[in-house]
Amino acid sequence: MKFDQPATTNPIDQLKVVGKPTDRIEGPLKVSGAAPYAYERRDVAPSPAYGCVIGATIGKGKIQSMDLGPARRAPGVITIVTAQNAGPVGKGAFNTAKLIGGPDIDHYHQAIAVVVAETFEQARAAAQLVRVNYVRTAGEFDLSKAKDGAKAPKQLTGGPPDSALGDFDGAFAAAAVKVDSTYTTPDHAHAMMEPHATIAAWKGDELTLWTSNQMIDWGRGEIAKILGMPKTKVRLISPFIGGGFGGKLFIRADAVLAALGARAAGRPVKIALQRPLMINNTTHRPATIQRVRLGATRDGKITAIGHESWSGDLPGGKPDGAVHQTRMLYAADNRMTATRLAVLDLPEANAMRAPGEATGHMALEVAIDELAEGLGMDPVELRIRNDTQVVPDAAGAPPKPFSQRQLVECLRTGAERFGWARRNPQPGQARDGRWLVGMGVAAAYRGAPTMKSAARVRLNGRGLVIVETDMTDIGTGTYTIIAQTAAEMMGVPLASVRVSLGDSDYPVSAGSGGQWGAASSTAGVFAACMKLRQAVAEKLGFDPDKAVFADGRVSAGRKAAPLADAARDGELVGEDAIEFGDLSKRYQHATFGAHFVEVGIDPYTAEVRVRRMLAVCAAGRILNPKAARNQVIGAMTMGVGSALMEELVVDKGQGFFVNHDLASYEVPVHADIPHQEVIFLDETDPTTSPMKAKGVGELGICGVSAAVANAIYNAAGVRVREYPITLDKLLAGMPAVA
Amino acid sequence: MDAAHKLEISRRGVLIVGAAASAVAAPSVSEAQAAGADAPVLAKVAFEVNGTRRELELDTRTTLLDALRENLNLTGSKKGCDHGQCGACTVIVDGRRINSCLTLAVMHEGGRITTIEGLGQPGALHPMQAAFVKHDGFQCGYCTPGQICSAVAVLDEIKAGVPSHAGADVTAAPQVTSDELRERMSGNICRCGAYSNIIEAITEVAGGNA
Repeated sequence: MKFDQPATTNPIDQLKVVGKPTDRIEGPLKVSGAAPYAYERRDVAPSPAYGCVIGATIGKGKIQSMDLGPARRAPGVITIVTAQNAGPVGKGAFNTAKLIGGPDIDHYHQAIAVVVAETFEQARAAAQLVRVNYVRTAGEFDLSKAKDGAKAPKQLTGGPPDSALGDFDGAFAAAAVKVDSTYTTPDHAHAMMEPHATIAAWKGDELTLWTSNQMIDWGRGEIAKILGMPKTKVRLISPFIGGGFGGKLFIRADAVLAALGARAAGRPVKIALQRPLMINNTTHRPATIQRVRLGATRDGKITAIGHESWSGDLPGGKPDGAVHQTRMLYAADNRMTATRLAVLDLPEANAMRAPGEATGHMALEVAIDELAEGLGMDPVELRIRNDTQVVPDAAGAPPKPFSQRQLVECLRTGAERFGWARRNPQPGQARDGRWLVGMGVAAAYRGAPTMKSAARVRLNGRGLVIVETDMTDIGTGTYTIIAQTAAEMMGVPLASVRVSLGDSDYPVSAGSGGQWGAASSTAGVFAACMKLRQAVAEKLGFDPDKAVFADGRVSAGRKAAPLADAARDGELVGEDAIEFGDLSKRYQHATFGAHFVEVGIDPYTAEVRVRRMLAVCAAGRILNPKAARNQVIGAMTMGVGSALMEELVVDKGQGFFVNHDLASYEVPVHADIPHQEVIFLDETDPTTSPMKAKGVGELGICGVSAAVANAIYNAAGVRVREYPITLDKLLAGMPAVA
Repeated sequence: MDAAHKLEISRRGVLIVGAAASAVAAPSVSEAQAAGADAPVLAKVAFEVNGTRRELELDTRTTLLDALRENLNLTGSKKGCDHGQCGACTVIVDGRRINSCLTLAVMHEGGRITTIEGLGQPGALHPMQAAFVKHDGFQCGYCTPGQICSAVAVLDEIKAGVPSHAGADVTAAPQVTSDELRERMSGNICRCGAYSNIIEAITEVAGGNA
């Protein structure tokens, strides 16, 4: 189904099932431990061998020699695979560094071998016996040093890396009120709870991987490329995924080494990356240095807006897109953005939840707070004053409109609900007992991309509707919103729908990434259901254009029949893909939000406690408010992490992330997070998809950290521009304790 | 009694208890040990899992978590870090919640172990499991069994008067408050960030208001 005209009224608009806060249909499996994750597929691989991955212990250099002898002789060891004995192993198109290193080592903890043994304990013990001699070479691990040599990347998410409109330099120089601030954000880890894990099994030249991956079809192609085999001989199965956040967009070492290990061992092999290996072995969100310059008139009209960002990656890598939102959020006639990429020899930088916008808001939305202070203007009002309904960065006429843009409504609704009027604009004045209390706000922008997505929907003689698509559920609620979509389309209760996901034998979906999953994959199911409705109507001899599907029955005029009757002679199948035309070129598809945060700060220790959080989101039709709310509170939680604690500490001498486990890479825990509130504004966007939906999972993190930082400033009067805002950075500037 | 004396007593107490425990419950090391210095040392252990007696012969290095997951195929208990840092492996042993990745299986001779599978199954969920579904106290589901086992044990701890850092007075009976729950649940990381919903679920089971 081509989607190239705005949607008109369709069966989804009935909203009998879609739009309801339905419990997750896979919930009972998850809460009882019955949902099978990749490493747990005893049903398909009853007696696998176990692989233990060995990571390089230098940041850059070469393997001089490897002594595998003692490990090979260790009890239970079946085989050891290294780059030397693995046969040809290619590099995936999505990988910057190859997944098995040697002799050249590109980064610390790059996998260099897998020890395969009868048991986990034996594999782990034998891995300790492998002796490796390295020749270390000098590398660059310090972004602040590499910054001046950073180059313009070829492109930034498909477009030119830099943008310019009007005369930024002139307007900034002439501005009555200015901000010129530099912010730093550290490297971040996805730190999803389930380690990257795979069971690999060969049957002749066919390979099946039970793995944990967000993008099944990408992964299938990548395995084929890496192992030099036809894509048709690779099958990926990933029905349950223990978190991804972008860290499981790509094939990683667990999948490749399990495949190689299984081939060498002649039996299925399973591997879960050891937690202390994950952070340096896999990808991370890169650190940034960002300079934001804002110029405004005395009455708060922004006249100049400039955002420059530096990040680093391995040779051939990609920049962080921290300037994205600055091209979209505020009107200003004179503007520039610039992105520079340095070469660093740290582990591979890549996408993590809202790549670009997550870091970019951490700078821009604090700079706006600084401008509001300079103007003596309320930061909510300043943002409203500079709203725009067209893309402000688009050079040339006519301006490109946003299909929907309710940023002002988000800000106003949030201010009202949060009690923003009670905020004292003078920092350091509000107290609650001994606590210094402050409020902060930030705007949120994130694109609403859509991707081609296919599904197959089957109707059987019992009236069950079965959906099959290689789409993934990474905690996002996909199972449930797809079931809701199919139920609405076919006029059956939710209990009559079964959803099977994450298998490359199913039609290729959009996958989970970039906040495109919900809108795209449900639209694919919509398309397949339209085909099935057609088949049902024809089978029953009804006019397909007049057939009404409701309450498990199909009716047209005075004729009616149970839906199941259509499949009495055999199953009916509808299969189709949604393909998106140029509506996203005619309209800017985006989601907007406003985050409000209240913090308390201990005046003696500068300990920061988040006391209240509110997000107001405008993100198209909300397919399931319960699941969508969970996406947003989860993103708010991650935003608190990047504001207050998350930082991969770089050993700039040895070239690795020092705090590479869950004890030392601190993420928010229960005690860090208060009750959180989320409001979704009414919105349907007929230009995005027949579902009229967008996404929220990435919008939810955009701006959160800045709102926390701004609340800290309001509470204590200390402006910290180096994230995370830990108490050591606050202490020196804290107000005197009375 | 001064602090040093107390420590002395308790240290001796530990030694005595330890000796008694090993006399009664020492797992019998099997013949495999004689096969060579490098061969894995196997030992027999028997414990009760979800009300059923299980007898295993295990590599002595096998953690309780791996014994459950790899030997007994009870994969509801999750391995998130294998280092006691995330709480995904939380199970209830002899009435107390523990990180099952931080304890060896052979140390639990005669133990009574409850895993997520023992709390309830689809169609017959434990009230805590049902409350997690109702309040959407999870996303990816990987930390969830640990969160639920922890939550069940937390309510028992509060009922038993076990104090926590959240209480101002360690001698006062702890109450089911959001702060108490957040403090006590902080060993269970949820990277999806469903904390706000999890506290609502636990609060409902406890019969209170979050």
